[in-house]
Amino acid sequence: MDQLLQLVLAGIATGSIYALAAIGFTLVWQTSQTINFAQGEFVMLPAILVLAAVKFLHAPLPVAVLLATGGFLLLFGLGFKRYLVDPMARHGVLPLAIATMALSILMKEAAKDGFSAEAQQFPSLVPAGSLNLFGATLSLRDIAIFLVAVVAITALQLFVTRTRTGRMMQATAQNPGVAKILGIPTERMILLTFLINAGLAVLASFLISPIYLAKFSNGEVIGTAAFIAAIVGGFNQVRGALLGGFLVGLVDNLAAAYVSSAYRAAVPLVLLVLVILLKPEGLLGRKEERTV
Amino acid sequence: MNRLSLASRIDLNLATLLAGGVILWFVPATMKSYGIYVISFWLVMSIAAMGLNLTLGYAGLKSLAQAAFLGIGAYATALMTAKGGVFGPVWSWPAAFVASGALTFLAGVLLGFPALRVKFHYLAFVTLAFATLMFLVFRNEQWLTGGVFGFPDIPRPTLFGIQLNNDLAFFRFLLVVAMILSLAMWWLLRSPWGRAFQALRENPLRAASLGINLRTYTLLAFAIGSAYGGFAGALYAPMVEFIDPAPFAISASFVLLLTVVVGGQGYFLGPFLGAAFSYVLPEVLRVTGGLYLLIYAVLVLAMLLISPQGIIGIVEKFRETRRQKAAQGMRDGAKALLGTGS
Repeated sequence: MDQLLQLVLAGIATGSIYALAAIGFTLVWQTSQTINFAQGEFVMLPAILVLAAVKFLHAPLPVAVLLATGGFLLLFGLGFKRYLVDPMARHGVLPLAIATMALSILMKEAAKDGFSAEAQQFPSLVPAGSLNLFGATLSLRDIAIFLVAVVAITALQLFVTRTRTGRMMQATAQNPGVAKILGIPTERMILLTFLINAGLAVLASFLISPIYLAKFSNGEVIGTAAFIAAIVGGFNQVRGALLGGFLVGLVDNLAAAYVSSAYRAAVPLVLLVLVILLKPEGLLGRKEERTV
Repeated sequence: MNRLSLASRIDLNLATLLAGGVILWFVPATMKSYGIYVISFWLVMSIAAMGLNLTLGYAGLKSLAQAAFLGIGAYATALMTAKGGVFGPVWSWPAAFVASGALTFLAGVLLGFPALRVKFHYLAFVTLAFATLMFLVFRNEQWLTGGVFGFPDIPRPTLFGIQLNNDLAFFRFLLVVAMILSLAMWWLLRSPWGRAFQALRENPLRAASLGINLRTYTLLAFAIGSAYGGFAGALYAPMVEFIDPAPFAISASFVLLLTVVVGGQGYFLGPFLGAAFSYVLPEVLRVTGGLYLLIYAVLVLAMLLISPQGIIGIVEKFRETRRQKAAQGMRDGAKALLGTGS
């Protein structure tokens, strides 16, 4: 029982990171029909950038964090939209999806060749201690991850539903044509979702790297998990992506303990297939929403 | 008019294919074994890409499992023809080849049936799950596949009593099989079946109203495309004589998808060009050391930005502008003749 509880809590912690990546994924999909196969690499890279800034520019850690965050937002928020998505978007979903696949190879290889092929320590803001809860040991880092992720997602949700800009963003996602007619600067709103996506990726990166170490190949696992989380929860919703993230984190952790560690990677995918066969619109998805 | 130009394009495909076959028969005679290996590898991957081109380019279905089908074909052939396998050398290579194709065809039907019942693009997710699962099976079931240590000593086939151990002899054998598979694909695409696939891609609603059974045809396209993956695997195993799970990973399926799109999806010769881009170019780039994948990814991105229709798209665009220029020239000539030009 204690072990189960511990696994569940750890699963929720990893799940909240998957949720961050999955939410970015769905946001970008909603506003621009971009299936970003490089989402995992988006989460991998910021931590590597921080370490690279420390190593090559001899920047102190806070400066390196700022530099990496700014550089990443510029390059993979603004640059990604303007120089990859915009020129490719009018040719349909597939060529763009393929282009993001190529981008994922590029980011992975650049991190490997430009920085290091080895896993690197990444400094954690939270001490390594642990807490006892109903007999289960819970690391402080897991708690911190969960709290930071929940705060970030709640803030995002409030921004999207309660502020004027957030509502304009929603309108752009739901019907770009009408939104434009009503005077919403749709282009700027789409750009905003790309920046939010990049920001969420940075956050996820800084949260996960102290645990899993910063490594060029980290994106594979995170990308698949985010992808599954987004679809399981319902492709069109922030809430769905959140639920999907927690679910994938949980299933992943429980499968490693109770099914078989050799086949753990397949278990979330089985969940995915079951969900799409039984409830194709996702757990929280709505049927009437726009299909592509 | 439209029909005529289509027919001439397809005949151009056939002519290119046959000419290419003749050239490839003679060219490698002067090459060293590494060169022969590279073009053999290119041919095998072209077959796998050709299958995916049918699935993606003609039927419009996204399969993320083509490398897994390649793996199924390769391991099935290895298990049936090598001494080290649990079954031992029970079958000859041709039998193993047919069995590999049949096995992957069946897998395609079993995967496609439930997925296509729901929604067409869900096939992508189902194949993603399948590809991950197959990779884990290849890696973990050591008693069957040798796991990460690989499966050694896969024999080259014997044909009419001749053991094809010589690299050149094996390449020519590969070429003959590849030509047969390509011709079969060419015939398939021209047949009413192939036309139905294309009708589905262009306008599924209209195709359905013309009496084409959407589900059956898409399922068939996917299953045949998968079978080509299995055929390619049956050739891959004796070519390398040693297989391990790495080339059948999910990333390999992504690269195959990339190959088809870069070559030009929906064009008969696209997979050959794409495979040259994805499998020959990295070999050439090996001189750059560890950077070759990086350069490859940059080239793919540049390629897609220039022409989202792939390499063939560039050729087509060029031909289109020439045709328009010629038409414009004729129009100008006619105007001058009539004396109405300004």
